Amino acid sequence: MTTILDSRPDGVPAVMSSTPATTKVIIRMNDTDDSVAEAQPLVEVRRQTGGLRMIDLLSGAGAAVASLALTQLLVTQLAPINGPIPFFVIAYLLFVAIYALLVSLDESGPVVRDRIVRVIVHSLAFSLLVTLAFVVIFTFSRGVQALPHLNFFTQDMSLAGPLDPLSDGGVLHAIAGTLIQILIALAITIPLGLTTALFLSEVPGPFARLVRTIVEAMTALPSIVAGLFIYATFILILGLEKSGLAASLAISVMMLPIMIRASDVVLRLVPATLKEASIGLGAGQWRTVWNVILPTSRSGLTTAIILATARGIGETSPVLLTAGFTASLNLDPLHGPMISLPLAVFEFVKSPEPTMIARGFGTATVLMALVLLLFIVARVIGGQTLAVRERRRARLVALRRVFTISWLLRNPLAAKVAVGAAPADTGLDDPAPILEESE
Amino acid sequence: MTVDIPRKLVLRRDPVDRTFRGVARGGGIAVLTIMLLVGVFLAFRASQALSSDGVKFLTVQDWDPDSGKFGIAAVLVGTVLIALVAIVIAFPLATGTALYITEYAPRQIRQWLISLVDLMAAIPSVVYGLWGFFFLQGNITPISRWISQNFGWIPIFSVTGVDPNDPLPTSTLYTSSTFIAGIVVAFMITPIITAIMREVFAQAPLGEREGALALGSTQWGMIRSVVLPFGRGGMIGGTMLGLGRALGETIAVYMIISPVFVIQTHILQNGASSVSSLIALRYGEASPFGLSALMAAGLTLFVMTLVINFAASSIVARSRSGASS
Repeated sequence: MTTILDSRPDGVPAVMSSTPATTKVIIRMNDTDDSVAEAQPLVEVRRQTGGLRMIDLLSGAGAAVASLALTQLLVTQLAPINGPIPFFVIAYLLFVAIYALLVSLDESGPVVRDRIVRVIVHSLAFSLLVTLAFVVIFTFSRGVQALPHLNFFTQDMSLAGPLDPLSDGGVLHAIAGTLIQILIALAITIPLGLTTALFLSEVPGPFARLVRTIVEAMTALPSIVAGLFIYATFILILGLEKSGLAASLAISVMMLPIMIRASDVVLRLVPATLKEASIGLGAGQWRTVWNVILPTSRSGLTTAIILATARGIGETSPVLLTAGFTASLNLDPLHGPMISLPLAVFEFVKSPEPTMIARGFGTATVLMALVLLLFIVARVIGGQTLAVRERRRARLVALRRVFTISWLLRNPLAAKVAVGAAPADTGLDDPAPILEESE
Repeated sequence: MTVDIPRKLVLRRDPVDRTFRGVARGGGIAVLTIMLLVGVFLAFRASQALSSDGVKFLTVQDWDPDSGKFGIAAVLVGTVLIALVAIVIAFPLATGTALYITEYAPRQIRQWLISLVDLMAAIPSVVYGLWGFFFLQGNITPISRWISQNFGWIPIFSVTGVDPNDPLPTSTLYTSSTFIAGIVVAFMITPIITAIMREVFAQAPLGEREGALALGSTQWGMIRSVVLPFGRGGMIGGTMLGLGRALGETIAVYMIISPVFVIQTHILQNGASSVSSLIALRYGEASPFGLSALMAAGLTLFVMTLVINFAASSIVARSRSGASS
């Protein structure tokens, strides 16, 4: 850069310079570069700051082989310990020790500690993820023998006994029960929960603080105690029978604090500038809530609701106390016991019969699939923030404009007709940059 | 000369706004009423049992309310032991996983791992119970036996009835124990703790991280001097929230343990107890007074979880990583 400025004594800025001058400068620069290279042939090798070196791979592999061999020796010759798990534990401890020894041969103390921690952190994360994946796969693999039978999804257990094969009976009653119970619970918790969350964030004051504290306290309520409360009040005092409604109420008591807390966090994330802009434009509080706050936090609120739903669907203990047990399909939430998926799992695996246990695992798989589905829906909606959606819209508009322009270029006659509309169009349809800043 | 008098501002809200505020306040009042109703009802019913039992409620181990001999000494100790086993296992796992996700994992799979951990936190507890009952129960026995044979001199690891010279000791001594229930609960709460810790670690200031690295520290040196001190509040808070979940867990524990009503401090030995599984076990056959006794047990559990949760949130709010988590 300095050469460019030096080469131009008249002080004309680089951008304004004419083409011949620039060419000349470039040639001169190339000349100087060549002469430097000839004078001192300096070849710089780029230093590698990350990634794996051969020695790391070798010390890791060596430590692994050595630890396995040593463990084999220990287990078979020196101390008879059987079972794969103790073998693995001993092998792992030996691996860490030998690896540290190998690294310490050519590295300093802090580097050795860094390597040991790296190995430990990796193995902790790996073992957790493997175990969690195994929990899921184990359930799925045990349930897979019940799943291919289509009757598993279309029949209930009223005509199938514990000894009947898997081609008889199914869990339709549990699926229907879960859906009915969660729908009633959502019908209670969504309006109440969202209103309360709006109250906490939009009508602040000492009373709102009190409500927030109590709601936070109630997130600590053990789910079985929520079930016990509904059991003692609705069933024992008010004399209702064990039913889907009672189960829904128990789930609602449990879900409500979770939903309020999550929605409150989401609503507080709405940028104050947006609210102030809306009020500054003369909108009232309700207008601001309806047109600014709710649309901005819609995806977050949906995520909060769906995650609370996933918790509510999976809870067994409140349902255990309030829903009763039945083997037949019951679509009436007011009368008669109504089973749900987690409760059905629990009841199935109480039986010693292999087919019933297979049914239990199959039901658990259905339950997990339901939770997974909810979770994916939550991710898809949660990933769509307002800014992303606006950007996508803006891109569509831009694309359409490009198409329109190319079309107009090909049809000069149409261009003459449309020429008045085009500028007005470009002026109006781009609110995206403003919203992106608020992201 | 005129003196400017500040204009009096009168806030006159629209009818629409007044309605909105009214409805919102109504929602708040309704939720507050429900929540207080639960709390007050529990306290009222529990007080019936507590007033007849007094201090004995905390010291008696049996559970026979109708004969007047009942207390939560055994179940409370059992609950706390299960939760402690769970935390001892879950804390290192969660810390390691959270550090892996924020510090070590390749950028491409990081988002994927975060989603996976969040998903694991939503897996129903009955699934973990199935895994614990049908898989872990049968496969953990060698470890239990090994610990009890080599560390049996530590009181909590000892198992009565074990003959060290017996080459084929019966494995039923080791099933349905506090240890196994604790492991299952540990894997259930680890994703929750991991999610909180990860969020806090990710907020560790970039400038300080770069400063530590520029001063020549290794990656672990940077983590130890920047990330962990910054995230300490979140680590403690997240662990305590996990502890709260562990204390209240019912179904997975209920599926695994075989209930005993004595203080069982040998965590590897068959037989354990917890407040929530006591409720699940006894609610059906309980007399009205027995139900009040169960409510008293539930209330004790609730108060414990409550204290832990409030302590956790105040620790998180006071830490440097702040109330944002």
